[in-house]
Amino acid sequence: MSFHPNEVLRRARVARGVVMAVFVALGGAFFRTQVLQNAEYVLQSEKNRLREVPLPGARGIIYDRKGEIIAENLPGYQVSIISPTVDSLRSALVALSRIVPIDSTQQEQAVSRFRRSPKRPAVIFPDASFEVISMLEERRVEFPGLIIQSSPKRYYPDAVAMAALIGYTGEISPEELLLPQYSDYKPGQEVGKAGLEKQYEVKLRGTEGRRFVEVDARNRVVRDNGVRADEAPEAPPPLRTNLDLDLQKYAHEYFGDSLRGAVVALDPRTGGVLALYSAPSYDVNRFVGGVSGKYFKSLLDDPGKPLYNRALQGTYAPASTWKLATAVIGLQRGLVTMDSRMPQPCSGAFYYGRVFKCWNHSGHGDVTLAQAIAKSCDVYFYQLGLKIGLANLVAGGVKLGFKDRTNIDLPNERRPAWPESIDYFNKRYGPRGWNQSVVLSLAIGQADNSQTPLNMARFYTALATDGAAATPQIVAQTPARAQILNLTTEQLQGLQLALADVVSRGTAAGAQIQGLTIAGKTGTAQNPPHPDNAWFVGYAPANNPTIVVAIMIEEGLHGSAAARVATKMMERYLKAKLTLTTVTND
Amino acid sequence: MPTILKRQGIDVPLLLFALLLTVYGIAMVFSAGQTDAVSGAYATLWQRQLGFFLVALCLAYAIMQGSVRLIEWAAWPLYLFSCGLLVLVLFVGTGAGTAASMKSWLSIGGYRIGQPAELAKLATILMLARVLAARRESPRALLELWQPLLVVAVPWLLVLAQKDVGTAIVFIGICFVMLFWAGVSWPVLLMLASPGISLLLAFSTGAWGAWFLLLGALMLWYRPYLLEGATLMLANVSMGIIAPILWERLNPYQQNRLLVFLDPSYDPLKAGWNVFQSKVAIGSGGLVGNGFTLGSQKRLQFLPERHTDFIFSVVGEELGFIGVSIALTLFLALFLRTTRVASRANDAFPSLVAMGILAAWMVHVIVNIGMTLGLMPVTGIPLPFFSNGGSFLMVSWMSVAVLLRISAEGRGLPDGLGL
Repeated sequence: MSFHPNEVLRRARVARGVVMAVFVALGGAFFRTQVLQNAEYVLQSEKNRLREVPLPGARGIIYDRKGEIIAENLPGYQVSIISPTVDSLRSALVALSRIVPIDSTQQEQAVSRFRRSPKRPAVIFPDASFEVISMLEERRVEFPGLIIQSSPKRYYPDAVAMAALIGYTGEISPEELLLPQYSDYKPGQEVGKAGLEKQYEVKLRGTEGRRFVEVDARNRVVRDNGVRADEAPEAPPPLRTNLDLDLQKYAHEYFGDSLRGAVVALDPRTGGVLALYSAPSYDVNRFVGGVSGKYFKSLLDDPGKPLYNRALQGTYAPASTWKLATAVIGLQRGLVTMDSRMPQPCSGAFYYGRVFKCWNHSGHGDVTLAQAIAKSCDVYFYQLGLKIGLANLVAGGVKLGFKDRTNIDLPNERRPAWPESIDYFNKRYGPRGWNQSVVLSLAIGQADNSQTPLNMARFYTALATDGAAATPQIVAQTPARAQILNLTTEQLQGLQLALADVVSRGTAAGAQIQGLTIAGKTGTAQNPPHPDNAWFVGYAPANNPTIVVAIMIEEGLHGSAAARVATKMMERYLKAKLTLTTVTND
Repeated sequence: MPTILKRQGIDVPLLLFALLLTVYGIAMVFSAGQTDAVSGAYATLWQRQLGFFLVALCLAYAIMQGSVRLIEWAAWPLYLFSCGLLVLVLFVGTGAGTAASMKSWLSIGGYRIGQPAELAKLATILMLARVLAARRESPRALLELWQPLLVVAVPWLLVLAQKDVGTAIVFIGICFVMLFWAGVSWPVLLMLASPGISLLLAFSTGAWGAWFLLLGALMLWYRPYLLEGATLMLANVSMGIIAPILWERLNPYQQNRLLVFLDPSYDPLKAGWNVFQSKVAIGSGGLVGNGFTLGSQKRLQFLPERHTDFIFSVVGEELGFIGVSIALTLFLALFLRTTRVASRANDAFPSLVAMGILAAWMVHVIVNIGMTLGLMPVTGIPLPFFSNGGSFLMVSWMSVAVLLRISAEGRGLPDGLGL
């Protein structure tokens, strides 16, 4: 072999060149990775080690018009666990269930929450009791992925009084997650499920905060504080409503446990909803975060059907309260004045193909329109209906809004039933299955007419004011009013006087309140085979109305019974108003 | 102290570089043990490594008391002994850790005492140096190389039989570098390498065809013996044919490693995981690193094989580009010093031994460090002076001792570069 020093030196130079080239290449590769691509790898390293734990944000507080709290948040605790796989989650749940009771439904729910978003900690107890928390805290070291954190819980101080409108909140369901309006929601988050909570979800939803925990390669939590600064959750500004909590509670008290029905109180000038109550009611607090099957079943089995929202969804024949609509249509068409009399005086019954009775079998005699309203004379309105004619009456009713929802800012309002035209009868009963006598029933608020208490209240806001009906609004402060009564001032004042007479000396005379002039109309709706439903829709004070109350009591027998409740509520509202200042929305 | 060492003919820079690398390495083994794991099984490994280092120093001292002649004499027995161990390990070997299927450990009574392959590298270097140094002329033909090739082939095949591809690559590196140092010409080396290149290129027909044209041109120019040329062509053709068969014979994990090397995005959750996490660790280290013992990839065990194969990723994560540069500079300084030792040796044998040691270290460094960045396939060979492991540290320091002995007996002539 050639080991001449010159040969060796030549080869040594080659060797050194190769060695240096290799090290320059390695150094360059490290420079590129560590210095040039550093940011990218730092991000990846953070992604490796940090897990985000969502901090639920508190929902907005809901106030009534005086600043009383309708919905608030109580401190609560949520227990969740970080797991790498479904299998390890299951085994952790089994281990946990030796310390605290976790039934199989809860376990399955936790697993399905994990499946839907494996990057977030799987929630085991959305609302854990203090007992569970203290038991878990004691043995926490054994469960490195366990996360216990505060989670505000929705609470309604007057839940039973508020059930008809407030709604409740709960975990967003898989079906809801598919809807476009919930596109930025994640599984496990809280969402308004009904009522105001659902309607104003966007305004009420809290902003979720974030906390970071450090996990190792097996997804076990190694450090759970101080890893990175927390991002605190944020609550939205409170939601102020037009509601009057005191009136709402009063309605609840008045209906008590035995009465079934609904009451709606509106401010006729703005459409602001003062109260909206459906009886019997239920404890909506027990619905927050998921209602227990037992309680839900007891509500379903209750013969009083508490889950049936009578104010929004209950449709009932409006009976005599609707006579004002007949009167308005007649006045608008110039067929009658307040002093007009009908050809046939009331003798207790009217013959049109068959006998149509007046509620007062002894008859009202020869009455003017004003007197007919005060005494609620059926025979007078039979004849007025005939005078108007079926087609005109139906068209007039449509124009007055008896076929439309009020568009209150609450979900699930039911559309009232009113024929859109004569064709309706052809379709419904067949071309020969009905005759013109249906106009008699329609004229006194019976037959194919069923209205929600809310819609009747809306109609009376027009009668109480200048003929403009106000859209009921729970939150909005700007009145939305539409002129629906096409009457002269004299005609309108005549109607208002007649309505005042109803309470001062008419069918609701027993419901007078000392020192308060109240106007309104009773209604006694036939409800065979059950006893009659009682209605009263009215307003006060009669000269400058600030409250319209529509009340319907199922099987209340006579409208005068409803009138007594309504006038009490008006008194309550108007007298309280003198002593309390109102809170305005800002 | 340095003056005393110098008077005794000790190559102070060489010793210093090796010492610094070892201390650096033990510090990294310590750091690799600092994790957030519940069990601290690896936390005390550095103490063992330190113990091995002290033993290695004693061994090195003992070797330095001998002479190059003695080392040359010992080549035969050492070579036979290590080959014997390699054969033994085929029958009684045990696997270790993640490389459980590689029966490369020798254990007595259940206690693992070392990897014979590590010793075999040094023994083969000594033996190869002996055989090459005995020749007067540089070989012109491949057939003249049968003796040195046989010396490498025996341990190489035995290591391959253990399915230890990484160590087999080291033997090939040693073989080529030492042949080059012995003065074997480039065309001969290329012809020698041609079957291997064929094997690699066989997976692409076009590349293989091009290689054949190149090889043909080389033969026309170099004009080897007819028999030699024919054998070579035959070897190349047969390599191309058996490549797919050989591929089938590889273990799935070996196939995965090669596939991951060719395409790192291939199945990143399984096979590419190690390399990916290693790159994340190194890349997130930045210029100055996360601080000694503070690397999160390592601490939270995202980084696999932190003590052994991927220890350099810990350097990258915790000490940053600066720490990496220091380590690479120390390696470079040691290697350049080794070439100096080789070029100033007083005889062919010590010169070849020094170059062989350099070749072994170089292959280890290139493959191991390249692997942490995904530049090399994951073969699981350790990083000299860094990776945790007793026998490898011991053999590394025996190598240092041999180099120091050669240096001490070398000529005092300054070489061309003045190093």
